[in-house]
Amino acid sequence: MSSSNTELYQQVILEHNRKPRNFGKLEGCTNQSEGYNPLCGDHIWIYLNVEDDVVQDIKFEGDGCAICKASTSMMTMALKGKTKDEARKIFDQFHKMVLGQLHPDKDPHELGRLAMFQNIWQYPSRVKCAALSWHTFVGALNNESSVSTE
Amino acid sequence: MTFNQKSICDQFPVLRRTVHGKRLVYLDNAATTLKPKSVIEAINHYNSEGTANIHRGVHLLSEEATDKFEKSRVAMAKFVNAPTQNEIVFTSGSTMSLNIIALGWGGAFVGKDDEIILSRLEHHSNIVPWQLLAQRVGCRIRVIPINDRGELNLSVFRELLNPRTKIVSVSAVSNALGTINPIEEICHEARKIGALSIIDGSQAMSHTPVDVQKIGCDFLVFSGHKMYAETGSGGFYGRKECLEKMPPVFGGGDMIRSVSFEKTTFAPPPFKFEAGTPNISGVLSLTPAINFINEVGFSAIQRHEHELLEYGTETLSRINGLKWIGQAEHRAGVLSFVLEGIHPHDLGTLLDQEGVAIRTGHHCAQPVMQYFKVPATARASLAIYNTREDIDALAYALRKAQEVFA
Repeated sequence: MSSSNTELYQQVILEHNRKPRNFGKLEGCTNQSEGYNPLCGDHIWIYLNVEDDVVQDIKFEGDGCAICKASTSMMTMALKGKTKDEARKIFDQFHKMVLGQLHPDKDPHELGRLAMFQNIWQYPSRVKCAALSWHTFVGALNNESSVSTE
Repeated sequence: MTFNQKSICDQFPVLRRTVHGKRLVYLDNAATTLKPKSVIEAINHYNSEGTANIHRGVHLLSEEATDKFEKSRVAMAKFVNAPTQNEIVFTSGSTMSLNIIALGWGGAFVGKDDEIILSRLEHHSNIVPWQLLAQRVGCRIRVIPINDRGELNLSVFRELLNPRTKIVSVSAVSNALGTINPIEEICHEARKIGALSIIDGSQAMSHTPVDVQKIGCDFLVFSGHKMYAETGSGGFYGRKECLEKMPPVFGGGDMIRSVSFEKTTFAPPPFKFEAGTPNISGVLSLTPAINFINEVGFSAIQRHEHELLEYGTETLSRINGLKWIGQAEHRAGVLSFVLEGIHPHDLGTLLDQEGVAIRTGHHCAQPVMQYFKVPATARASLAIYNTREDIDALAYALRKAQEVFA
């Protein structure tokens, strides 16, 4: 177990928590889904505009802990403009990373700054906080109206 | 007995461990209390030297185990001032007890359009079994509202009571806020209109004396693990007439008088509610847990926990941006709050890094969270081994969390 908070609560994560990007409703969106973690109350809505298999726009609403909000905010930045296949690939890598199955330091990946969530697997009760919006994104892609991490 | 903090703390081996290199500061007692040495020894003794099933064998080990098992029943009856030990039924704890009463009593005596009164403060375990009953039989659930301090509104309760009210089920102490509810008055009102009264004693048993005859309840449910005994132990008190009237819920061994394929007759209470081999070591651990509480004494426990609650309230009130959730006038050792700008879940992780264990979340009491319009709170809950140093460590960790989030 890490002994320092700063490994989990890095400045970038705290900054995204304070000022989440792409926050708000996307009127007339093509896809949307609701994600809820009943354990801690994290509650997120993901809105997508998908055209020609590309995520043209992505926004989110809701409330949650810093890990959840920062993860969601950074996810929207990472996935905007990606094809559905590219987005699913990044989801797979992120998912493996938060479970401790992909180590950005040695394994190939396209996670960019999202790699800062690499220590989260050391905090098992917080993995779902980081993963909720990603599951909700996939739910939106698959036209599932709601996703629960419990 | 004079109150000796050190000798009390010395009885809890877990307090000696460190968490992330820091001294463990355990403030999650409303979730489960730590176990004293005497409880651990009773469990170990049963498993290492006294293993046997109860109520059947004629061999020495079985007789010893049965004797101790029934002595726990006597101890528990005495602890809650039940008139006889046969009014104590052992189950896995409060949740199982409430489900048994909802299935047994509710299934037999509550019908369509009958009403069950609960309170807004209830733990999910005192809500969901009644909702399941309502789905089956078509009864209605009415809810006693609370005010901004987290106290029940008794005048609305009196208005809710009517001839259709069949059950009133309320907690003695709120797990989320610590509110001490006026259960004697509630049971008195319920009895006046002929409704069954059930008290959830989970959060009360290790903090205040619980006397079922003084309270005047028909049922009292409790969990052993919240009163220094093993997890998976607990049960309920049921007034003699109620236990005789209530049909059994689970069938199996130990709960019958005779079985044939034509007809089965049931054992008398409490045994007709205790099908199958129970958590024997858990029940055995209740006796040393009760002894521990009695040795310290409720007057010392209440004085100590009240002092700590006041000290905690005063200390944490000095933290900028801290907002109390529930400040009932009569409150057991619970400090429930939110910190501006920090989600309780983040707070829980940051406090853990300082060795401070608290509960963050909805505390299985989502209707309470909905009332206060928060998704979750941070809850520090006290026990007899907590000290002012623990409160200081909590305050220090909260300020450190604020620095991280500044």
